[in-house]
Amino acid sequence: MAATLFQKVWDAHAVRVLPSGQTQLFVGLHLVHEVTSPQAFDMLRQNGWKVPFPERTFATADHIVPTLSQKRPFLDMMAEQMMGSLERNCRDASIKLWAPDNDNQGVVHVIGPELGLTQPGMTIACGDSHTSTHGALGAIAFGIGTSQVRDVLASQCLALDPLKVRRIDITGRLSRGVFAKDVILTIIRRLGVHGGVGFAYEYGGETIDAMTIDERMTICNMSIEGGARIGYANPDQTTFDYLRGRPFAPQTGDAFEHAVAWWREMASDPHARYDDRVTFNAATIEPTVTWGINPGQSVAVSEPIDAAPDDEALAFMGFKPGSRVQGTRIDVAFIGSCTNGRLSDLEEAARIVKGHHVAKHVKALIVPGSRAVSRAAEAIGLHEVFIAAGFEWRGAGCSMCLGMNPDKLEGQQVSASSSNRNFKGRQGSPTGRTLLMSPAMVAAAAIAGEVVDVREMLEGVPA
Amino acid sequence: MSPQPQAPSPMGPVCQVSGRGLPLKGHDIDTDRIMPARFLVAVSFEGLEQHLFEDDRKADPGHVFNDTRFNGASILVVNTNFGCGSSREHAPQGLVRAGYRAIVGESFSEIFQGNSAMLGMPCFVASHEDVERLQTLIAKTPETVIAADIASGAITAGSLTLNAVLPPALRDGFLSGQWNPTAMLLADFDQVRNVAARLPYVRGF
Repeated sequence: MAATLFQKVWDAHAVRVLPSGQTQLFVGLHLVHEVTSPQAFDMLRQNGWKVPFPERTFATADHIVPTLSQKRPFLDMMAEQMMGSLERNCRDASIKLWAPDNDNQGVVHVIGPELGLTQPGMTIACGDSHTSTHGALGAIAFGIGTSQVRDVLASQCLALDPLKVRRIDITGRLSRGVFAKDVILTIIRRLGVHGGVGFAYEYGGETIDAMTIDERMTICNMSIEGGARIGYANPDQTTFDYLRGRPFAPQTGDAFEHAVAWWREMASDPHARYDDRVTFNAATIEPTVTWGINPGQSVAVSEPIDAAPDDEALAFMGFKPGSRVQGTRIDVAFIGSCTNGRLSDLEEAARIVKGHHVAKHVKALIVPGSRAVSRAAEAIGLHEVFIAAGFEWRGAGCSMCLGMNPDKLEGQQVSASSSNRNFKGRQGSPTGRTLLMSPAMVAAAAIAGEVVDVREMLEGVPA
Repeated sequence: MSPQPQAPSPMGPVCQVSGRGLPLKGHDIDTDRIMPARFLVAVSFEGLEQHLFEDDRKADPGHVFNDTRFNGASILVVNTNFGCGSSREHAPQGLVRAGYRAIVGESFSEIFQGNSAMLGMPCFVASHEDVERLQTLIAKTPETVIAADIASGAITAGSLTLNAVLPPALRDGFLSGQWNPTAMLLADFDQVRNVAARLPYVRGF
């Protein structure tokens, strides 16, 4: 019978139905970082439990890592303690850790795909809601809490209820200046920040088919902002080409071909049935910016804000009903994060930046998602473009996506950010204000000193 | 055979929760607001109860978490999409450590609801009208005792009775005491090894 990728992956990893009615699901890849794991390792120690599949867990440090100097010990003593704890826990459990001094370190959702750890047909869990990112390669990947991190460490399994599957088709072609970020912001705006609860989102259609893996990752990454714990795209030739030659992908020609055959089998069948279907027309999607305090509160950059006058978000953000985000003066520009901190994001931003300079009043940061992204960008001279334009070129980490390291907004600063959440206080200042947008839009805002329509800046830039 | 020295003992059934309530109004209250990220720079969950809604409480002296009439409340009553955003268990950990034993709301984020269940704190889903009635009642008479029955989902408070639901697996877990699933996950480990051995990417392509 025709089935979705979700069903096939679920069935292949189901161990048994538990007395509770939930499914015991085997987790093929477990990713660990410093914030949500120390308490889980403590629980293991308290119970005298070992890690039965240490080779299926990989760890890195990203959230607390400073991006100016990554020298140890970190200046923040608590951050240093967390780092030490992660090192000790991974050593004791024989788990591979890429610490900040290692060439493979980076944001957990950037390094998984980059190293070829993330593969189609896998179940992937991590104590982080943006684990949905890995679905871009055709995996079933979801965020978990610390007690579940404990369960995966102790048993390599989770107790879960199956999800429904909503197929989201994006048809047609995106216009120039419109990016994957705009697509996912538009989807969340339309379906709501709660609309995906109970669903896995399967993204497809010719727009998704034409996208690179990096772009699909941006889309899958923010599924959780629409309430969907899981988002994925079916594996295709783009996926296989992306994986070939990556360190943890099957290496020999034979093994890779066997893998491709299995990966193809795991893709949704053409006549698979979905619990719901929604279609978007790519041509109607415009550069999109958030104006509020959740990622569903967005508008096309050219549009007025469509909020009720008493909306608490308007007051917090300092917008009036019917006003536009375009023209809003910014204080900070941040390009980075698991949503938009990959090489292609930096390339898009650099195309805008080249030959311009950051506005005098703007503090502008480029934070590569991993040390590998950093090296690749430097190899093609992107860092020089950014530095010449007045951007700060930082080390890899989560940085200003969330207030857990020295990179934070101050006071009521307004930030144009390529990250994923505009929640109150998210960027480290309780009164800081975040405008989410594509990296190209952030670059354009950094130069103009205010939110602008990137399409205007693209005039005259070769396509 | 389980790889572990001993299966953990279940933490005991949760059949009924009762206590005074706290009405927290608002939609899409995310876990960054419940527990701001700077308090996650730590290696344990200890003391998190002191930082619940810290930024919201500072910004608004009238915030319901500052209202001493609700001191000692153990049932939180919320609106839609409570606990959205970050998967940080620090949010429900802070609530449980502050003495909360159940949440009644219009809807919850999936991850938050699951994390709460792992800590023995049920998140009941009730209709918009019922939640508003309950919020209005406890705002007016904070001493009202709310009683929530896990099996039936019936919630009573003063003269108010409403029907709420829990996802069946979570409900049954609370009733049987198996709401913390590690023991079940370790019970038949040969089957886990069999599934692993069948997966081509584990076995090797």
